[in-house]
Amino acid sequence: MLVSLMATLGCKPVKEYQKMYLNDSEMELSMRKGQRFENNFQLYREGSAGANGGKAGGGCGCN
Amino acid sequence: MIRIPIIIIAFYASILSAFSQKIDTANYQSRKLKIDEVNLVSSYYRQDGNNAAVTGGIGSEELTDFATTLDIRGSKVDRKNRINSYTFEIGVDAYTSASSDKVDPATVSSASASDLRIYPSIAWSRTNESKGVSIGGNLSVSTEYDYLSIGGGVNFFKDSRDKSRQIGVRLQTYQDQVSMIYPIELRSGRAGGTQSRNTYGSTVSFSQIINRRLQILFLLDLAFQNGFLSLPFNRVYFRDNSVDVEKLPGERFKFPASFRVNYFAGDIFVFRGFYRYYQDDWGLKSNTAEIETVVKLTPFVSFSPFYRYYTQSGVKYFGPYQVHEKGESFYTSDYDLSKFDSHFLGAGFRFVSPNGILGIAKFNAVEIRYGHYTRQTGLVSSIISLNAKFK
Repeated sequence: MLVSLMATLGCKPVKEYQKMYLNDSEMELSMRKGQRFENNFQLYREGSAGANGGKAGGGCGCN
Repeated sequence: MIRIPIIIIAFYASILSAFSQKIDTANYQSRKLKIDEVNLVSSYYRQDGNNAAVTGGIGSEELTDFATTLDIRGSKVDRKNRINSYTFEIGVDAYTSASSDKVDPATVSSASASDLRIYPSIAWSRTNESKGVSIGGNLSVSTEYDYLSIGGGVNFFKDSRDKSRQIGVRLQTYQDQVSMIYPIELRSGRAGGTQSRNTYGSTVSFSQIINRRLQILFLLDLAFQNGFLSLPFNRVYFRDNSVDVEKLPGERFKFPASFRVNYFAGDIFVFRGFYRYYQDDWGLKSNTAEIETVVKLTPFVSFSPFYRYYTQSGVKYFGPYQVHEKGESFYTSDYDLSKFDSHFLGAGFRFVSPNGILGIAKFNAVEIRYGHYTRQTGLVSSIISLNAKFK
């Protein structure tokens, strides 16, 4: 499935010197620092978690 | 409650002063451990609602949480030219909760008597750039009045030869201890002490550069929990008005999968998209979709409005106040596990300066984010966070 998706999207080789946009800090494929706290309260207030780079267990979240 | 902000201000002041000092680079050694980045992140969260689990699905859910984390990242190149990265982090949460005072309203022996959570962690990774391989591990502790969590994990990442794609595997575990603090009227005849709660998780990730402006990431998690997965102080009121503590199965298998895509449009806009599907064996299914549009007002200033939509089906053991029948195997009135939709809307403002901020050369970036959350059950909350980066 991944291979067919890659083929559909038409991946093009990108040289290091062509990564000006990709290396921009806004393009990081991860949560921002401030988003961690948002993710944390959503983890507690919602029944599902995981697959977003945040923790998927540990900590009580009792209240 | 006043002590915590003073500690946080002291944190900020000490970091500012440390980075204000001139660094002697005359004796620089390339293999010496150097500090790459320091982040200080603080947030204030406030919520209110009327479905507290402690009081059986009715009652105030008012809660405030003031949280701060400090992380320090350093790196060192070893004799084989591998980059060893180290991250030390410590976090402190100070919270107030109206519902946890209902565990035992007459005394301070409730679950939130000390209202403080402390969570230090360390992480290490070693990257061999010539082989495109990275390995790492982490250890963490989270401790509060009635809960102790100890975590550990390992990870492995492999880049493709042209560095356009990366495959990663992570294994993580949390070994937790839950203090058995029951509601005051239900303590008679019940043993106290602690019970264990164990989490075992694995993550497979795949990232791919599509072209000069587009990259994507897939994440697939499998997580298994066993032990005491209920909370001992959550009440459930049955149809006949009798009361018991929440009872949930001793095992839970979770299956979340997500997709992240970032696209740089023109020279001004960055679109950050996220979607997640989740399913578990308690009957809960959820979908999460999020979009953030970064507007680069200048090369150093950006504004980022975002919106997140979330919907979940609820677990099969959930029932509101006085709806459960006595004799059911499992039951909870925790609305976090009920069926609902939620909306989260907000914006971030980011300022990056290569020459420093407030005259401090290493004070590299500052970001403020605000978000407002509404849940179909009536719960509303707001969160504001501040991230100061020193590089």
